Order: sequence, then C-alpha cells, then structure tokens
Amino acid sequence: MKSKAEVVIIGGGITGCGVAYNLAKKGLTDVVLVEKNYLASGATGRCGGGIRQQFTTEWNIKLAMESVKKFEKMNEELGIDIEYEQGGYLIIAVEENEVKEFKKNVKLQNKLGLDSKFISPSEAKEIVPYLNEEDILGATFCQSDGHAYPFRVVEGYAKRAEEMGVEINRFTEVKSIKKENGEIKSVMTNRGEIKTNIVVNAAGGYSREIGKMVGVKMPNKPFRHEILATERYKHILDPMIISFKYGIYFSQQRHGEIVGGIGDPDEPSSYNTKSSLKFVERFTSVLGKILPAFKNLNIVRQWAGFYDVTPDAQPILGYTEGVDTLIQANGYSGHGFMVAPKVTELIAELIVDGKTSLPIDELNLKRFEGETVGEAYVVG
Amino acid sequence: MKIVCRCEDVTEEEIIEAIDQGYTTLEELKRHLRVGTGPCQGRTCMKIIEKILAKKLGKNIDELKKTTVRPPLKPVPLYIYGDEDEE
Ligand SMILES: Cc1cc2nc3c(=O)[nH]c(=O)nc-3n(C[C@H](O)[C@H](O)[C@H](O)COP(=O)(O)OP(=O)(O)OC[C@H]3O[C@@H](n4cnc5c(N)ncnc54)[C@H](O)[C@@H]3O)c2cc1C
Ligand code: FES
Repeated sequence: MKSKAEVVIIGGGITGCGVAYNLAKKGLTDVVLVEKNYLASGATGRCGGGIRQQFTTEWNIKLAMESVKKFEKMNEELGIDIEYEQGGYLIIAVEENEVKEFKKNVKLQNKLGLDSKFISPSEAKEIVPYLNEEDILGATFCQSDGHAYPFRVVEGYAKRAEEMGVEINRFTEVKSIKKENGEIKSVMTNRGEIKTNIVVNAAGGYSREIGKMVGVKMPNKPFRHEILATERYKHILDPMIISFKYGIYFSQQRHGEIVGGIGDPDEPSSYNTKSSLKFVERFTSVLGKILPAFKNLNIVRQWAGFYDVTPDAQPILGYTEGVDTLIQANGYSGHGFMVAPKVTELIAELIVDGKTSLPIDELNLKRFEGETVGEAYVVG
Repeated sequence: MKIVCRCEDVTEEEIIEAIDQGYTTLEELKRHLRVGTGPCQGRTCMKIIEKILAKKLGKNIDELKKTTVRPPLKPVPLYIYGDEDEE
C-alpha cells in the first residue's frame, strides 16, 4: 500500500469507485481508495439497481438525466456489460392528491426535456398486462428510466481507475484521521498510515463516523431497507413499478428474477441488516394488490442494506466547513446509485478544477444550519 | 471443461480465472460470477467452490470467510407470507 497520495477516497461503493475513475480520467492518478470490506459490499451491492429520472426538484431531475446519458454509454466507456435495460419506470397513483402532484411534476420534468408522461389506468395496463388497473387512478411513465447491475458498474469503474494508476485497497479500514490546524495530514488504516491532504468521504451509511474522526457533526442517519428476489421467470414485466404511497418498488432483472422492496415507516435508525418476516409479509400483501397474479412467485433470497438518510433526503456534496479538504459525497437517502455517474464527475471536477459544471453549493453540509426544501420522491 | 455451478452455468476454469483476477473471497465470486445465486441457492455448488478457492489460496476451508446465508433456505411461494384469505 502506498504511504502517500494526493487524494484518499474512503469507501469502495459506486461513489468511491466513480470518484476514483473520474479523477483518473481528469489526469489525477495519485489516488488511493480504501474499502474496509470488498468492493460494493455496502449499499451499492445490496441495492435494486433502479435508475430513475422522474424526480420533483429541478436539480435532481437534471442530475438523473445527465447520469442516464452516462449509463447509456457505459458499456462502451468501461468496456464491461453493466446489464443496463431501459424498460421505463411506471409510478402508480393510488390517491387523488397523487394525481394532482404527479401531473405537476410531469410538467416540470417535460420542461427540462424528460420524456415522462401522465397516463390513464388502461394505458398503464397496456404497458403492464398483469396490472390490477381497478385500484389505480393513473400513473406516470418514463421510458428512458431503467436499471443496471450495480456490481458490474463498480467493477468497471474500479478496473479502469486501476489501469490509469489509482491504487485500490480492499479489506482496508480507516480507523482515524490526523489533522493539524484544520488541515488533514493523514489517514490511519488497519494496514498503515497514508499521508494525504485531501480525503473523499464516500463511506455511505458510515459517513457520519468518518465526520466524527475529524470532529465534524453530520446529520446522516442509517436506516435498514430490506429487499428480496424471486426465482427466475420468463419475461413478464418491462418497467420498474413503484408507488410512493405504499413505499414499494419492484422490477424484473435480465435473468428473470423479480427484485423488489418496500420501506417501513416504523423502522428505527440503526446499523441492523438482518432480514425480517414482517418485510416479506408487507411486500407480498402490497404486491398482491398491484399485480394479483404475482402472489404465486417463489422467493429465493432476501437481504438488507442501509439508506444513508439526511433530513431533506438530498445528498451532502462538497467541501466541509472547518476541515475544507474533507470532500463529502454521501447522504443519498436511498437513490445514490442512479445519480452516481454525474455526481462522481462533479466531485472530480471540484477536486481537480476547483469548480463544477452543475452547481452543488446548495448541497453543502452547512445547509443543515438553516431551512431546506427536500425531495418528495423517495423510494427505489 | 467442468461445470461447477449448474444453475448459473459456470465452469471450474471460469472460477479459477476470477480468483486470478483478484476475486479472492466467496462473496466476491458470488457477485462477480453469480455462482450460488441460482434456484438451488448454492446448495449444489458452494461446497465445491469453497474447495477450489481454498486450494488456490493455499488455505483450509474453515479459514475462508463464509458467505451470508440468505433466508429463505428453500424457495417459498410469495402467497404463503401474504395475508390472503384463500388456500
Ligand atoms: C435495499 C436497497 C435498495 C436500494 N435501491 C436503490 C435503487 O434502486 N436505485 C438507487 O439509485 N439507489 C438505491 N439504493 C441506494 C443506493 O444503494 C445507495 O445510495 C448507493 O449505493 C450509495 O453508494 P455509496 O458508494 O455512496 O455507498 P456504499 O455502497 O454504502 O459504499 C460505502 C462503502 O464504504 C465502506 N466503508 C465504510 N466505512 C469505512 C471505513 N471506515 N473504512 C473503509 N471503508 C469504509 C463500506 O464498507 C462501503 O462499501 C438502495 C439501497 C438499499 C439499501
Ligand atoms: S448450482 Fe450454483 S446456484 Fe445452483
């Protein structure tokens, strides 16, 4: 392991590996990435892989659209098959107030150039023949939304970054960070010390622990989210289906499994990743309402990971006041995979050029001292 | 050519190649090659893969970090869990 580097990245999920790749692409290759477990062992390797652009704030819509442009070219750029499918996202409205909200959101999305539209229950049934259209009041659909296999994306970023000269260390845990007069001096790991001035905090659900190491308080909280996979079936479902009201999302992967999850409003903040029976019961009863034919599917696996949640459900990006060279890239609140291609490019721009091609000032950690407007669409 | 994981159609050569590429834990092999994630959930193949990995790394099988066993252990129809009033 190198004992000195210009930048040390903490975390080997899509954020850390994406930042490593984008730094190297911009010519900064004196970079060391440390991951306490294996790559994608955190939320990234546990996530649904859903890629959606239908958001409610201008910034999130733009960010997601820019990221989709990158996902579309990723096989070529990274030389790896990320198993990307653009089967669309179907967001169902089950309550009257949702219909009004959804129409308003589609307007904003269309203004920014997104191909989303509001459709009737029968139009939704044309897209998903198994849909119980009687229980829905309408839906929004965006064909260019989709999903990819997160492990492959991480693999692609990591391999290309290493080829360009970045050092990636698995099973290497950051234990403390040394600073003097507000300046970072080095990072201590279980495998030795790395001298550096710039640290990227891409530790996902553990980011607040990294903050503590330099005396910075962060508002992020980890929340368990469970997810399951069924046996493989012939292709029956093109889009990812989600409902904000029920907190459910599910899609069919390229290999035929249905993968999905449902949020639990009663879940307390914790680092628990155990699987529960309650989750499966809630998931199946809601799934049965939306797609009655699906209640006979066989589950083969269930698992869990953390959402790294901030008070306004928006990420924390950029410099840290007081410890300027600690660069934050965390707090994705459950949708960090889909925006990572653009976010990690912005972080690399910030480090190399000192400015970014999309403004990120509003996402600085210091916003939590004042009032904020949050993202309303939070699920897969 | 010896097929080790029948569900995912993965050969011994592919496993050895992946270990050479640096996927040196069961968890990484599982994610990289999808071994052990098929309908049998690894009951047929994981023991053999453990042996291949242990031999390549010159370790004992008990020294390998075991992959997490994900419930359910047998495929379970979704409706068994749901609160449906039929069946
Ligand atoms: C069940 C579930 C479903 C999801 N579905 C979706 C979805 O469909 N679409 C979507 O966009 N997002 C989804 N998400 C959210 C998404 O997974 C995350 O936002 C994203 O993966 C975050 O990536 P990351 O690299 O920032 O964090 P992580 O992937 O969590 O990576 C952080 C890494 O840091 C490492 N680390 C922590 N502390 C240290 C330390 N001290 N030293 C060294 N390494 C350390 C961890 O081991 C970990 O590997 C889902 C999340 C969950 C849990
Ligand atoms: S033989 Fe490998 S998962 Fe079934």
